[in-house]
Amino acid sequence: MSSPALGSEPRYRDGIRAAIAVAATVWFFGASFGLLARASGMGVLAPLVLSATTFAGSAQFAITSILGAGSGTAAAIVAAVLLNARYAPISISVAQLFHGPRLRRLVESQLIVDESWALASRGGGRFDRRILLGAGLLLYVSWVSGTAVGVLAGDSLGDPKSLGLDGAFPALFLALLVPQLRAPQAALAAVVGGTIALVLIPVTPPGTPIVAASAACLLGLRGSKP
Amino acid sequence: MSEVWLVVLVVGIATWAFKAAGPVLLGDRELPEPVARVAALLAPVLLSALVVTQTVGGDNELVLDARLAGVGVGAVAIAARAPLALVVVVAALATALTRLVS
Repeated sequence: MSSPALGSEPRYRDGIRAAIAVAATVWFFGASFGLLARASGMGVLAPLVLSATTFAGSAQFAITSILGAGSGTAAAIVAAVLLNARYAPISISVAQLFHGPRLRRLVESQLIVDESWALASRGGGRFDRRILLGAGLLLYVSWVSGTAVGVLAGDSLGDPKSLGLDGAFPALFLALLVPQLRAPQAALAAVVGGTIALVLIPVTPPGTPIVAASAACLLGLRGSKP
Repeated sequence: MSEVWLVVLVVGIATWAFKAAGPVLLGDRELPEPVARVAALLAPVLLSALVVTQTVGGDNELVLDARLAGVGVGAVAIAARAPLALVVVVAALATALTRLVS
């Protein structure tokens, strides 16, 4: 609405289309989250509300495993908050796509999730608003409906790990990363960020390596064009 | 039961705040030039970190398992300019098959 309609500009439905294969994978993960959450004693309603409000897979899986192991409320909260802290830099990177009243920006920003954000990335710090929101909406529906099926009928579904779906997500992110590496500075920053994450995985709590990796963005201060 | 709801409430609010931080506080305001250059690198850096953590990340340890095969085959598909959906499918297949035979 707020930007002029150009002939070649993607529409919301292009965002939905771009996310279909990813959405199927996300649906299965939602179902396995629902199943595990039920098994860890979270009941039926709490996992559904968590999926609808938090909408971030890794943090939700961490909660089920920590609560299921009886390690306590505080540990579950700390782990999930650390895992989701990456959404602060992620949301800053797409801030300019959001217009209008603050309430509308707040609601729309909840469609930011790793996959919708990655699909919307156009390189050089540019992002497409309609891809982000279209893909985010489909992924949101997939995640919440998958969770619902998982908590109610999860046992009859396969294990996403035996379907290899946990190997599909890093390949997706790699596919979306490669076109961004043409600029030398972006390639260098990606290597430095990936190395920071790799080194920190064994020594810091999950979530921290990704947040710490964003320090590699400071290479942008060196002046040459990104 | 109430402890579960405390987790749902706190994590939900924290995540809302993280996701809203950029869009609500900054919005469509123009970023100063140096900040914009730093922000432009967020996508490659965070994507790279996601690839690393989701390929070899474990619970406080590096884990080399079938995911590595999935990403490797995915990389070949990417190099062959396969469409995104195909990359996702062959990566999942390679991960599943590796897990089946190992």
